[in-house]
Amino acid sequence: MVVGLDDRQQTDRVFHALADATRRDIVMRTMQNEYSVSALARLYPMSFASVQKHVAVLEGAELVTKRRRGREQLVSGNVHTVRQAISLLDQLEALWRSRIDRFGEILADDPNEGAST
Amino acid sequence: MSVTGVHKDAETMTMTINAEFDAPIGRVWQLWADPRQLERWWGPPTYPATMVDHDLTPGGRVSYFMTGPEGDQPRGWWRVLEVDAPHRLDFEDGFADDAGDPDPQMPTMIIRVTLDEQPAGGTRMAIETTFPSKEAMDQMISMGMEEGMTLAVGQIDKLLQNEATPR
Repeated sequence: MVVGLDDRQQTDRVFHALADATRRDIVMRTMQNEYSVSALARLYPMSFASVQKHVAVLEGAELVTKRRRGREQLVSGNVHTVRQAISLLDQLEALWRSRIDRFGEILADDPNEGAST
Repeated sequence: MSVTGVHKDAETMTMTINAEFDAPIGRVWQLWADPRQLERWWGPPTYPATMVDHDLTPGGRVSYFMTGPEGDQPRGWWRVLEVDAPHRLDFEDGFADDAGDPDPQMPTMIIRVTLDEQPAGGTRMAIETTFPSKEAMDQMISMGMEEGMTLAVGQIDKLLQNEATPR
């Protein structure tokens, strides 16, 4: 099931989580590879605790999942949630790109038809 | 290629797309202001639009239906919010029921069109799409995944492929 009307808080969490550049970067990276929290912490000019907090926000929004391996916590991106979050804006972009393509074709056919400038 | 830039803001769920056309501003405006020309581009080739009402004055209404390959006819409407021909058009865009009346169960979007004459000739068009309320946004998100904008779905994968290509 997708983000439903009953899941508004979840939607809020997703957008809040994605509104931060560091968190977006963590999502992008962990979609490609699993990272330990300490490996992530080395990537950003901030403390381990701050990175851990970012990961917790992402986890709350179900954008990443965490699992334990020994003493490490491994973080991986949740492709499903990320797709859902970006999907609407991408759909809007695709919709308007195709409209603008057709718009441009009409203008290219008839650049001056009855133009009043 | 007319599209010159796209900006998406996940926090406010706003999508802005800019395009440039090698045509005078009055001509570009016609594609919005003349219903016969508007219906040539509003719907995709598989769902061509037919404009029923077309009143581009503040408070005015545009209503239309699209005709699908199976003969299905989804209906839509605009409520015109602001007009400053040939520079500006703001409207609310929504879904209608079978009788053509706005369907309150369905979310709406706010669309702001800005046209600017370019000093070197040609016209720049900016389209900003946003949501009238948080509720409408959530509603569109939940719909969008399943059925809301199925017309654009075929292009999403292409879009995602483009994004995955190294720049």
